[in-house]
Amino acid sequence: MNNRAVILFAGVALLYVLTGVLLSWNVSLNILILGLLSAIMALGVNMQWGYAGLFSTGIVGSIALGGLAVVFVSGAPVPQAFAAGGPGVFLSAGWQLIFGLTVAVAMIAAAVVIWTYMPRGRPRAITVAAVLIAGFFLYRAIFDPAVTAIEAFDPATHGNIGGFGLNSIWAWPVGGLFAAIAAWAIGKISLGLREDYLAIATLGIAEIVITAIKSEDWMARGVKNFINLPRPWPVPYEVEMQADPGFLAFCVNWGLSPITASTLAVKGIYIGMFSLVLAALIWLLQRALNSPWGRMMRAIRDNEVSAAAMGKDVKRQHLIIFILGSAVVGMAGAMYVSMLGQLVPGEYTTLRFTFLIWIMVIVGGSGNNWGSVLGGLLVGWLWLIVDNAGPLIMGAVTSGLQDGPLKDHLIDIAPQFRLLALGVALLLVLRFSPRGLLPEK
Amino acid sequence: MADPFLIGEAMTGGYGAADILNACTIAVEKGQIAVIVGPNGAGKSTAMKAVFGMLKLRGGQVRLNGEDITKLSPQDRVAKGMAFVPQTHNIFTSMTVEENLEMGAFLRRDDIKHTLEQVYHLFPILKTKRLQPAGELSGGQRQQVAVGRALMTQPQLLMLDEPTAGVSPIVMDELFDRIIEVARSGISILMVEQNARQALNIADRGYVLVQGANRYTDTGEALLANPDVRRTFLGG
Amino acid sequence: MNFLNALVALLNFVVIPAASYGAQLAVGALGVTLIFGILRFSNFAWGDTMAFGTMVVILFTWLFQSMGISIAPLPTALLALPFGILITAAFLLGTDRVVYQFYRRQKAKPIILVVVSAGVMFIMNGLVRMIIGTEEQNFADGGRFLISAGDFKAWTGLAEGLAIKGTTAVTLVTALLTMAALFWFLQKTRTGKSMRAFSDNEDLALLSGINPDRVVQVTWVIAAALAVIAGTLYGLDKSFRPFVYFSLLLPIFASAVVGGLGSPMGAVAGGFVVAFSEIVVTYAWKKVLTYLVPESWAPDSLMQLLSTDYKFAVSFSILIIVLLFMPNGLFNKGK
Repeated sequence: MNNRAVILFAGVALLYVLTGVLLSWNVSLNILILGLLSAIMALGVNMQWGYAGLFSTGIVGSIALGGLAVVFVSGAPVPQAFAAGGPGVFLSAGWQLIFGLTVAVAMIAAAVVIWTYMPRGRPRAITVAAVLIAGFFLYRAIFDPAVTAIEAFDPATHGNIGGFGLNSIWAWPVGGLFAAIAAWAIGKISLGLREDYLAIATLGIAEIVITAIKSEDWMARGVKNFINLPRPWPVPYEVEMQADPGFLAFCVNWGLSPITASTLAVKGIYIGMFSLVLAALIWLLQRALNSPWGRMMRAIRDNEVSAAAMGKDVKRQHLIIFILGSAVVGMAGAMYVSMLGQLVPGEYTTLRFTFLIWIMVIVGGSGNNWGSVLGGLLVGWLWLIVDNAGPLIMGAVTSGLQDGPLKDHLIDIAPQFRLLALGVALLLVLRFSPRGLLPEK
Repeated sequence: MADPFLIGEAMTGGYGAADILNACTIAVEKGQIAVIVGPNGAGKSTAMKAVFGMLKLRGGQVRLNGEDITKLSPQDRVAKGMAFVPQTHNIFTSMTVEENLEMGAFLRRDDIKHTLEQVYHLFPILKTKRLQPAGELSGGQRQQVAVGRALMTQPQLLMLDEPTAGVSPIVMDELFDRIIEVARSGISILMVEQNARQALNIADRGYVLVQGANRYTDTGEALLANPDVRRTFLGG
Repeated sequence: MNFLNALVALLNFVVIPAASYGAQLAVGALGVTLIFGILRFSNFAWGDTMAFGTMVVILFTWLFQSMGISIAPLPTALLALPFGILITAAFLLGTDRVVYQFYRRQKAKPIILVVVSAGVMFIMNGLVRMIIGTEEQNFADGGRFLISAGDFKAWTGLAEGLAIKGTTAVTLVTALLTMAALFWFLQKTRTGKSMRAFSDNEDLALLSGINPDRVVQVTWVIAAALAVIAGTLYGLDKSFRPFVYFSLLLPIFASAVVGGLGSPMGAVAGGFVVAFSEIVVTYAWKKVLTYLVPESWAPDSLMQLLSTDYKFAVSFSILIIVLLFMPNGLFNKGK
């Protein structure tokens, strides 16, 4: 870290402190928690873009898959739904659903194998198409009744297949794994083609992931939202703390209100945990970047043709980095949901969770891990402060105006203004300082 | 001595730090054919590009009809009456033959029908294929389209970068005949050729380049008769 | 009789909606493919360009309505269309001057332009939401139905009705005229041919004296027209919501890629391929099948391949199939 970095980080820290002093410490810490998560997501995107020059517009998909992992790992088990029977259900609903999904995957795998090993020509195309179509109907025949049975069980509170009820910290790596699997599939298809095809294809896969989470109620209750997910170890609940005599005594000793103290403590623990993950990631990434592998990645990014000529398998390396980057983003997505304690599919919009993360990476400094962290904390703060203080600020700006439709409109549009402002910021950085606030060395 | 119609005089320059051309001089007289030959990597195409302004010169001058055009962009040189046929990617593959020719005449505001007829007269096969996409033609026919497109600007100087690369010997002879015909109509021709012997046969003036510098400069006939040139560059 | 009923149901629920949606996608995809062919990048701001243009059209529609100007039975929006195109074209030319031109001069990699277009997307998105808000806007006026289902039933005596909405007819006619005008322009005019030449072989186009700046400017103006027309037709047919326009990116990109990015013919075909697949796959076939098979065979389920929520999955699957097996698209032979 050089002087410039120190000054910039100090500046961002000052923003958070000012928010705490002027607005409220609760808001400031909330933003910091989300800023840290954004920084982790930005690190993952920076791996793809900064190290390898891959432009993926499916970040929101990875984040949502990470969130879904929390529901599966930590959601309460619903044994009645899993064991449910019904018309067309010959196993228990849960097992039949898993069986149906297995059939779907097996059919796709079979199609790929046939495509690879059969000689080119019409028979091959027809066989593959037949396998896929037959497979689709078979899958639907097994899968649909199971879903109906599961969703029929107590739809007001459940209607989902249930999770393992484990501590949600286990969901973090699983979230990464989910995102990695999706990245593997999409990378296999669209890497090695024109570079904007990856951008288009990832836009599509993200859209499908979000649609599935919204409409497949058996997974996570869809748009009915999934609430009451447990907190990750070792984060306590405020009410438990307030009932703990030791904590109460501590509060009395220091003259703190137990409610304030417990909220701040919980936030502090989250900040500590997320910072730890962030630090570990940066340490790993910095090592990787300075290893022979990191040098090779940069060589490929800077000149694909000559790297390929030197015998580097460019497509394979791109696939690896694409998967790793997506996994990091997916893990951050899981961390986010485990902290919120709920999965709200409606929240996952491309603008907020794909392009905003992109702005963090580019403004912070493509290719520089510290830059991504800075971008995450800075842009995250800018974005969220508008949610919290936007109407306030706009109210102050427009205080000279008379009350009326214009003033109402101006206050209403404050949150939209940030889209414009961030777009302008992105373009200015790209144009005048394309290497970002903290350039790659 | 009066200037030739076109002269690139003592041209020095290259793409990166190292110069590819070293005080190389190329000139063509009105209505004549000048040919640049030489071993691979001698800077033949580079010399041609330098004359056309696709390469920044560190030294030397290019003059067309006595006017210094060293600073002009390739586009401006087209307007001055120079036409260039690149070695590859020299046609619009998705457009018809006739559209290719029309695009050649893009800058002209007058009636192009007459020139179009002239090109079809020169290359009759193009007339029969005029509504076909140029990308579907054979190699030799594509070269004809490429030359035809360049002629549509009504140039005073036609520059050809290896026009016979990748075409059969029969097609090559045919193409050379057409090039002579073009020169007879008063258009100067400057070309780079791999097939040195055949090219020098039709050349009024030949330039043998080695390492970006002039090694031999003479009439085509004299170069073909020169035993040194024969031994070193024409394979005996 | 049953066969006729099935046919009418098929027309009413599949063919007509798909043709109308396909026409909207085709016009949108033409813009994407044109920008790709000339400027050589995938424009992620396209959905928001459509939203921006449609917003301008809506504002002018309201203005005309408040002034009492009407071209009933045609929707007032058609009258507002030229104004929308004018303002959007000015906006796009402005963005080109301020934003894209710099990267073009630098000969930046296409992916940089894609990222830049995402920045432009943010700006347009913000502008649209600030000016007209995020709410749904219905701005279709004029005749509701060309043929209403009731009239059709009374007239033919069939059990199934065939309804043709006014907006469907407007969509089809406008889209057809737009495409015809564009193809005439590209095939027959000097400027149009120079655009094709530039798209085909930029270096040779320069050697032929074609002015790249002019080609680019004309492209933006045409793109603006296409964006505004596609967006307005979609909004008339359904409704206007900024975020829906953003998500139209996927089917529109899919349409353009299916036909081969850069090929206008391909974009049109791609638009209809995507629209028909989307509707065929997400339509509940129960009704049509019930007419066709003997009563005892009538299906219990909806006979729907995928729920309508997954319509984007259809565009996506088409996209993937094309990327896997024909990366140059259906209409670009080995390039």
